[in-house]
Amino acid sequence: MSDTLLVSTRKGLFTVSRKAKRWEITAVDFLGDNVTITLSDRRDGRRYAALDHGHFGVKVHRSTANGWEEIAVPTYPPKPEGYEEHDMWGRPINWSTARIWALEPGGPDEAGVIWCGTLPGGLFRSSDGGQSWEMIRSLWDHPQRKYWMGGGADLPGIHSICIDPRNSKRVWVAVSTGGIWFTDDGGASWSVRGEGMRAEYAPPEQTHNPVAQDVHCLAQCRSAPQRMWVQHHNGIFVSSDEGKTFTEITGVEPSTFGFPVVVHPREPDTAWFVPEIKDEKRIPREGKLVVTRTRDGGKSFDVLTKGLPQSHAYDVVYRHALALDDAGERLAFGSTTGGLWVSEDQGDSWACVTHTLPPVYAVRFA
Amino acid sequence: MAKVVFTPNIQRHVALPESEVSGRTVRDVLDAVFAENPQARGYVLDDQSGLRKHMTIFVDGRMIRDRARLTDAVSQSSTVYVFQALSGG
Repeated sequence: MSDTLLVSTRKGLFTVSRKAKRWEITAVDFLGDNVTITLSDRRDGRRYAALDHGHFGVKVHRSTANGWEEIAVPTYPPKPEGYEEHDMWGRPINWSTARIWALEPGGPDEAGVIWCGTLPGGLFRSSDGGQSWEMIRSLWDHPQRKYWMGGGADLPGIHSICIDPRNSKRVWVAVSTGGIWFTDDGGASWSVRGEGMRAEYAPPEQTHNPVAQDVHCLAQCRSAPQRMWVQHHNGIFVSSDEGKTFTEITGVEPSTFGFPVVVHPREPDTAWFVPEIKDEKRIPREGKLVVTRTRDGGKSFDVLTKGLPQSHAYDVVYRHALALDDAGERLAFGSTTGGLWVSEDQGDSWACVTHTLPPVYAVRFA
Repeated sequence: MAKVVFTPNIQRHVALPESEVSGRTVRDVLDAVFAENPQARGYVLDDQSGLRKHMTIFVDGRMIRDRARLTDAVSQSSTVYVFQALSGG
């Protein structure tokens, strides 16, 4: 079980550690800076932090024996002379990293490989621990990329990257908004997946178009990789065939709207969500912050409240801000209003670490 | 030699002291600075080598017009200010 959390916030990276009686903030890095996501690479112990300095752009830092060092940032290739592409408002899309939205290690057989998802939709791969990055042109140049749209931000972005634990060349990525994309050749070629997902915000002709799906978060069961869970813009979907087809889960109280999902590493039917009322009202229902958990593949859900505020709580939990440890026992989540909670019993009960962090973007167990 | 001055705010991330470099355009001047300090390039320019969205450059008190190609002229006696724009908050 993990005793360490990395909490990425609008104003710095907070390391939270399990002490004798409680979890405590034990280190603060990049104080004042916008940390969008981190990665703790279990293969070599290195940590990575993606920063967004606003005026000065996106940067990546990697841990060293003595602190952090700035390393290469994924960089978009030169835009061909005369080539134009525009966002949904008709504004030119700049081929430039606007945010790092996903950082995942390659497989255990791929030392040094890091995958990186960005806005405005570029997927990058490093084979040297972030010293250099290569854009996956086959996905960027895919003709259907032009149908990707802004979802969580004005620009489309890759937020979820799942590496098949059985074969590192098989990779799924999810786009907001642009559906789920799959490669079985290490990124040389891609196809869209996700039949069965439904976009209720799209016109009828587009409702079931896999490329029109706003996947908020994609999670894959490590020991049963055929099982994938999706927290979607308008619901929860589950797949039992590696994301080829999905079934919608309905009738979940208090809601099926939200951003994150995590799945147990050995129990594919067990997954956790943090619901909000609905798309047009992104707050917990009745001011009660809850986590929902299914243990039976979505047939039923527990509404977990013990230790969570049940009055006037307006916490929103972003898609990377709910984490499950490798053992499948400990959970943690952080909120837009600076709350951080930890559970050591699969969500049955929660302890508040602090209410006063900056807005939390991502939480990961180290 | 043109004088180049960078915003104090950038110094927290990358040291860019005032310097004097030669060049006939803003691009020339910045290239000369970044040749000495490659890390700084990405703090000022985006992936297409245009000026970052919320950065601004003044040459002798005038805001440059060509943010993409940085072709605005610089003279031997010019002062080039590289600052963050207030549009970035």
